[in-house]
Amino acid sequence: MDGFGSDFSGKVDTGSIMEQVKVQIAVANAQELLQRMTDKCFRKCIGKPGGSLDNSEQKCIAMCMDRYMDAWNTVSRAYNSRLQKERAKM
Amino acid sequence: MSMDSAQNLGAATADPQLQHFIEVETQKQRFQLLVHQMTELCWEKCMDKPGPKLDSRTETCFVNCVERFIDTSQFILNRLEQTQKSKIAFSESLSD
Repeated sequence: MDGFGSDFSGKVDTGSIMEQVKVQIAVANAQELLQRMTDKCFRKCIGKPGGSLDNSEQKCIAMCMDRYMDAWNTVSRAYNSRLQKERAKM
Repeated sequence: MSMDSAQNLGAATADPQLQHFIEVETQKQRFQLLVHQMTELCWEKCMDKPGPKLDSRTETCFVNCVERFIDTSQFILNRLEQTQKSKIAFSESLSD
């Protein structure tokens, strides 16, 4: 197998390393979100784990996922605008 | 990835393009990670039962939560700095 970001001559190609790193970062972020979202929505929606994931639990989880994304975006926007304000102060 | 290891990586490669890329991505990742952490924290503080939409009261709570979290972090940093300074001043006055 060819090495990480290297071509046949064994020279390292910066562009392909950057692409691979970007993909890995995106995967890591998606995993981070998935893990936290699962934890939060399990807590909110599964009172006492039953024999199956029933209809009302599924509805709750679906809603919870959407609200978690809303919350994530709200936090991201709030943090970003705070950073802009802090930079303007300097 | 910590800042130190990112800088070491950049220095080790000695490729300015790659170095710049690593610095930018590290900054972006620090931002992302804090958004993940604050979303989780503020979710506990602000979210009751998830409804069909994020109501404005909850949204305000999230925004305030982010602002106060950053305030708290800055307050602690400043206070630690102050107490360190006064400790140093105290030990210097003892050695006089």
